[in-house]
Amino acid sequence: MKEFGFSITKDRQIDYDQNDHRLLNFVLENEPSFIVCISCGGCTATCSAGNLIDFNIRKLNILIRRGETEDLEREINKCMLCGKCMLVCPRGINTRNVILKIKEAIQKFR
Amino acid sequence: MTKKVVIIGGGIAGMEAASTLSRMNIDVLLIEKKQQLGGHVGEWDHLFPNFRNAREITRSLLYDLQDKHIKICTSTEITGISKKSGKFEVRTTQQQTFKADSILLSTGFDLFDARKKEEYGYGIYENVITSVDLEQKLKESNVLTMASGVIPKRIAMIHCVGSRDEKSGYFHCSKVCCITAVKQAIEVKQKLPHAEIFCFYMDLRMYGKKFEELYREAQEKWGIQFVRGRLSEAAENMDGSLQIKSEDTLSGRPLKMNVDLMVLMIGMVPSESTTFLGKMLGIHFSEDGFINHDDIHLENNLTNVPGIFTAGTVTSPMTITDTIADARSAALKIATYIS
Ligand SMILES: Cc1cc2nc3c(=O)[nH]c(=O)nc-3n(C[C@H](O)[C@H](O)[C@H](O)COP(=O)(O)OP(=O)(O)OC[C@H]3O[C@@H](n4cnc5c(N)ncnc54)[C@H](O)[C@@H]3O)c2cc1C
Ligand code: SF4
Ligand code: SF4
Ligand code: SF4
Repeated sequence: MKEFGFSITKDRQIDYDQNDHRLLNFVLENEPSFIVCISCGGCTATCSAGNLIDFNIRKLNILIRRGETEDLEREINKCMLCGKCMLVCPRGINTRNVILKIKEAIQKFR
Repeated sequence: MTKKVVIIGGGIAGMEAASTLSRMNIDVLLIEKKQQLGGHVGEWDHLFPNFRNAREITRSLLYDLQDKHIKICTSTEITGISKKSGKFEVRTTQQQTFKADSILLSTGFDLFDARKKEEYGYGIYENVITSVDLEQKLKESNVLTMASGVIPKRIAMIHCVGSRDEKSGYFHCSKVCCITAVKQAIEVKQKLPHAEIFCFYMDLRMYGKKFEELYREAQEKWGIQFVRGRLSEAAENMDGSLQIKSEDTLSGRPLKMNVDLMVLMIGMVPSESTTFLGKMLGIHFSEDGFINHDDIHLENNLTNVPGIFTAGTVTSPMTITDTIADARSAALKIATYIS
């Protein structure tokens, strides 16, 4: 598109077919509990970082599921790895390890 | 010789199964550990989905128990059951022994103990009550107040307390609490027209007949508000009101809110009594702790032990409608088995 000089703003749609799902697959392989998230938001409600700054761990996780990984590196670094989210998760997801695996995956697929 | 069935548990499931069996000329002994029949329904005030008085249900079921085939033992518990050449022998705390061709387990469910969900503060903060406490208050009084006697201005109903929560040990959905929250929210609004009421839910399960309509009525007619997010915690303010935290997942931002009263929609969990009797009888339980069915579609009254059947919430949370249907179906299965 760029070479025609049209708009460079990205489409608002989640282009599921075009998106890169390697990161999601890596996290699922290494922390399988990630699959059972029901997006209840318990983690975000209690999140030490998210209560102060613009950071939403639940939303990041759902975006990863859709293959939307732009800005992920900047976003995930806002997490303080305090582990509070793990204490509330009703599905017993090891959310802290999910975050560690996301970080690992970012290095791997950058 | 006439065949005899011992029914353990005199809630609505046991009551309905007893009267159905008696109408087929089968002798029934109904054993209930409490002084009264009726089980949990005896504790409710008005019922979803149509605000019918719960007493109508128990009264009607009691009426149908007046039959020469039915014998009732209340304030009686089971101490032992043994099986000899196809017959059961049931021993009770009243030192009686009964013989039976078949046994029906209708020992029901227990209520989740909300104190186990410490972060919500039940039993610690005075303005945190359960759906069952609210039911009692609705039954006993025309006013609803905070512990201090002040009229609450904002009330939060919290869904899935002790259900769908591995942290409290129960992953199953209790099925009745979404619609109970909607029903109770409307009842509270009727008593306190100026109060704001919020339901905090993870998913709204409005699967039953007239459930969706009631949900819509709650919005349209009563202005009940719904927030999609699971509560992470509650903290008490100086004045006894509560600050609660959840994510407002639909706007994608953490939310905090002060409320005067918080109502925990506690779940239905497997009853200790059922677990105790089931273990004694060698009955299989499923992962959720309720009694298991090998054939969940076609044989949902059969246990793995021949001659022992189930009815009602011993196998899963159920509404009254479903419990009654299950009890009738159990009676039919038993009648076929013993004949
Ligand atoms: C808060 C709440 C509100 C509800 N409101 C509604 C509503 O509005 N509408 C609706 O359709 N449904 C409602 N329900 C569901 C309804 O309560 C159940 O469908 C119903 O109680 C199931 O009946 P049951 O006979 O299976 O079990 P139970 O009601 O639990 O009855 C079991 C009986 O067995 C007895 N028992 C247990 N162990 C023994 C033993 N060892 N020996 C002898 N007796 C024993 C118990 O004492 C009890 O009497 C509600 C549930 C909850 C939790
Ligand atoms: S608390 Fe658990 S289930 Fe809920 S959104 Fe967070 S990770 Fe998913
Ligand atoms: S570990 Fe990270 S995401 Fe979880 S509560 Fe702490 S700061 Fe938030
Ligand atoms: S019925 Fe609703 S409140 Fe009850 S456990 Fe299921 S989802 Fe939660």
